[in-house]
Parts: sequence; structure tokens; C-alpha cells
Amino acid sequence: MKRFGPMFRKEFIQMRRDRLTLGIMVGIPVIQLLLFGFAIQTDVRHIPTVVLDESRTPTSRDVIAAFQNTGNFRIVTHVDGRATLDAWIARGDAQAGIVIPQDFPRDLARGTTATIQVIVDASDPLSSQAALAAAAGVAQVRNLAILSAAAHRNTLPLETRVRPRYNPGLRSPNYIVPGLVGVILTITLVLVTAMAIVRERERGTLEQLIVTPITKTELMLGKIAPYVGVGLVQMTTVLLLGRFVFDVPLTGNVVLLYGVAFVFIVASLALGLFVSTLVRTQQQAMQASFFFVLPNILLSGFMFPRQAMPAFFQWIGAFLPLTHFLKVLRGILLKGVGVTELWQEMAILLLFATVLIALSVRRFQKTLD
Amino acid sequence: MIDSAITVETRHLTRRFGPIVAVRDLNLTIAQGEVFGLLGPNGSGKTTTIRMFCGLLAPSEGTAIVAGVDVRESPDLIKERIGYMSQRFGLYEDLTVAENMDFFAGIYGLEGPSRRGRIAEVVSFLGLNRRLNQLAGTLSGGWKQRLGLACALMHRPPVLFLDEPTAGVDPAARRGFWSTIRTLASQGTTVIVTTHYMDEAGRCHRVGLMSQGHLIALGTPDEVATQVGGKSLEDAFIILQERDEQEQDA
Repeated sequence: MKRFGPMFRKEFIQMRRDRLTLGIMVGIPVIQLLLFGFAIQTDVRHIPTVVLDESRTPTSRDVIAAFQNTGNFRIVTHVDGRATLDAWIARGDAQAGIVIPQDFPRDLARGTTATIQVIVDASDPLSSQAALAAAAGVAQVRNLAILSAAAHRNTLPLETRVRPRYNPGLRSPNYIVPGLVGVILTITLVLVTAMAIVRERERGTLEQLIVTPITKTELMLGKIAPYVGVGLVQMTTVLLLGRFVFDVPLTGNVVLLYGVAFVFIVASLALGLFVSTLVRTQQQAMQASFFFVLPNILLSGFMFPRQAMPAFFQWIGAFLPLTHFLKVLRGILLKGVGVTELWQEMAILLLFATVLIALSVRRFQKTLD
Repeated sequence: MIDSAITVETRHLTRRFGPIVAVRDLNLTIAQGEVFGLLGPNGSGKTTTIRMFCGLLAPSEGTAIVAGVDVRESPDLIKERIGYMSQRFGLYEDLTVAENMDFFAGIYGLEGPSRRGRIAEVVSFLGLNRRLNQLAGTLSGGWKQRLGLACALMHRPPVLFLDEPTAGVDPAARRGFWSTIRTLASQGTTVIVTTHYMDEAGRCHRVGLMSQGHLIALGTPDEVATQVGGKSLEDAFIILQERDEQEQDA
């Protein structure tokens, strides 16, 4: 391994000299974090809502206020007829409509079931679900009040007490930021190393390298080593911004986290190297990296829960290093757990790193001929 | 025992790519300190031959011994004993001249004081002193070529392979380059060079002309020229090559 040193030094100088790429690698985490952290909120609030109040009574106004007070509905206008209400939703100016029929106060007074109609634009499932849940909640609260008054009780017969552990405020940033560490490392590191071997090939420097006594392993390790440092800087940036801008806790053992991150970074770089041995041009390398990156974002559990996926896609997700690293990130950062709970994920990541490096070294040999 | 005066020796050296025979039954002996020119049109088998000599391609049949090493048995050992420079500038344009030399010296296993000493030696031999901190990408063709040679010479290889080394280099720089080559040869380095330029072929001790994978002429430039009664080396090559192609067609 005596030629690892010169190779590492050369890659380091080249990396330092390529200011644009270096700037992008440090800039991307910051921009992504701010975008994801501020823009992405999985809990949908303030859905623009139109109201058609056919009864126009204090009772109906009271109900409308109850909808508004949930915080999920933002009433944008009152309309006079059903056609106008439909038009608002069709245009997309409103995503929900509340219709209170003329009979509403009468039915309520009589004790027959009074109906409120809630129309939601379900072309966006996430916000329509929030609207449906909130609407059901409004009715439930009212029902309880009316029924307990009728039964002359002021205590509830039954209550479930939900304790949201590890993220008591159910805050989106707590979920997104740890995941983002993994996603940013995957995207930037795979792309950068995917270019590594191809660039040497395109520039003709590989031809010179392969007639020297450098071994494939020295070449591969020397190439990825400087980027391990870049990966650790990226991770630190995201964690610090997450902590101080989005108030995401760092609950567990940070040293352990960096140890696992090191293995994950090596695995991502090795994946990039592997891509690099499959392609012939830098453009192909770019396309192939995106091909690898997309499933990482969709199937790893970064944004969409893996439990909700069909078994086949869960199975594919299990072959992505990011899937396992996300469990470690969330486990250590939010739950404060350690090796006892996470050793399996750690072992899998180590396996990924080893296998991917071995595969790249093997593939590289064939491309010499 | 391998004769110490012989640096390259091939017997029935053959390389196939599927059904195509790129190099056919090549028998060649090159002595230490010789400047040997390998000539021939594109696709004649020059590059394949050089690649086998460098341990990059295994021979399909026959043997080649380069600097005392059998290319088939120890392709990795060969790389420590040869220097290689190609027509395409194979160095790092985003590194300085000094950084390029430092890198290749390191890759060839030179460390500490011996590395610094050898770099200083090569720098003064090729006159690179005033270019050390310049980025390699900003050098002119002639200087790039000198830097390429400097990097290929770091480990004092007994054999130096130059693949079209003067392509894209101005005539004055080419002349300087050739006198450097002759100096190296006089110090005992064997130089094997491929070229298209006939005036350069004339500067070699011996030349071999390849056509369609085999050797059609071998000898000093004068011998080859008179072999077909031609006026010049260039005429001889054209005549021999046409004759070879007619034989193949027949």
C-alpha cells in the first residue's frame, strides 16, 4: 500500500483546486437543508376552503367557526350556490368545501342526524387526508358534547392517551433532517466518485496510470479517501444547521454516529466507483448516478414510510445502503439508542462497503483490456 | 540465461482479438542502448505490440521478454522496469509540473531524499527548472512532452516506450527531444518508439516496419531503404507495404 500516499495526495490537490465542485459539495447540503427544512411540512394546515351556508343561522356559523378553529381549514370565501362552490374547487382556488344544508339547525334541534357535507379535492391525497381527519374530528367533538349533555355526564366513558415518543411535537424537521444527512451524502458522493475513473479515462491520464506499478486497490482507495473528509464535513454542516436552525435534537452518541457515517460514506463512494467502472463517459456517469440516486430517495424511507410499500419494493429498499443508514441516523439522533439496538444495520453497512469496493476493483481490471 | 545485452526478445509473439489477428508471429531482438523505431500505418499492430511489451495485454501465443521479465508471467513486475509515454498527454493538467513529477515519483516507489534527489536530477536533465510551479495544462506541446518524459524516467527504467511522442510538437522541440533520446540511449536506456515521421525514423538505430500484424522489413534505415532499391526510407515503406497488401489479397 506504499503508493496509496501519493495517490491520496494527488487526489486531494485536484479536489482542492476544483473550486466549483468543492463549492457545490459544501453548498448543496446547506441549500437542501434549508429547502427541505422550511418547505417540506408533512402535516397539512390551512387548506383553502369555501363555505356554502344554506341555513345562515347562529348554529351554522358556530359550526363553521369550529372548522376554522382546527387550523386545518382557512376559509377563503362564502358562496351562494353549489355550482359556484364546485367551480372554486375545480379551478383549484379552494381545496375543500363545507356545505351546511338548510335543514341543519332543524335536524339538530329535533335530535335526528344533522348532516354537514365536506367536499375535498382528493387529487392531492396528503392534504385531502388532513381535511378528512379534521372534519371527522369536528363532528366527533360536537357529538361528544351533545351526547354527554343528554346523558348528564361531564366525564368521558373512554379515552386513549397517545404518547408520541422521540418526537413529541410531531415536527417534520425532526424526521426530515436526519434523513437528509443520508440523502445528501448519497447524492454528492456517488456522483463525485462516479466521475473519478471516467474522468481519468477521458483525459487520457488512465492510460499513463495503468503502465505504472500502482495496484488497483491503491488506485481505488487513493481516489475515494479525500472524499471521506468531504462527506464528514457535509454531515457536520447538516447536523449543526439542523440543531441550531431547526432545533433537531442530537440525543444519542455522536461519536458512534460518526463511526457509522464513516462506513456509510465509504460504501457510497464505493458505489460511485462501481458506477465509474460501468460507464465510458462523464455524461453516462452522471445519468447512471441519477439512476442509482432516485430509488435511494423513494425507497429508503427518507420521505415515504417503507412499511406502506409492497413487499417487493421493501425488498429492493433493503439493498440500498441509505435504508440502513437512515435507521441508524434516526435511531441515534432521535431515539438515543446505540449498538445494542442498531448492530444489524451497522453490520449490513460494513458488508455493503466491503462488497462494493471488492466489486469495483474486480470490474476495473476487466476494463483495462 | 538471458543475455544482458538484449533488452527485448520476442519469439512467435501473436495476439488475437476474436477472429482478428492483430500481431502475427513476431520475432524481434532489441539490444540494450538501442533506439528502435516501430513503424507502420494505423491498424498494423504497433500499438498492440507495445501494449504486450508493457504487460497490458497478454500474448495469445509465443513469448516476449522485456528487461529480463516474461510479459506473460509477471505483467506487474514489468511496469517497474519500463517507462511509457504516449502521444496523448497523459499527465494531470490541473497539477503543476512539480506536483506531476512528485506524484509519478511516488507511484514508482521513490520516497524521501531519494525522491527529491531523483526529481532534481530529471529536472536539470530536461531543463524544467523554470516551469516547476506552472500548471501542466498551460504548457506548450514541447514542454508537455518534456514533462511526460520526465515522469516516465523517474524510476530510471531500462526500457522506455514512446508511442508517437512528437505528434503535435513543433520542429525545433522535436529536434531537441530526439537529441535527448539519443543521450538516454548512449547512457544505456533502450528506447522503443513508434512514429509517423520519416525523418524521425531515420534517427533510429534500427527500424521495423509492420503491416497487417507482421514485420515486413527490419534493419538500419539505410538497409531498409536499399532493400527495395528505393531512394529513401519513405519510398521503401510505401513499396513494401503495397507489396504486402497485394500478397494478402492474392
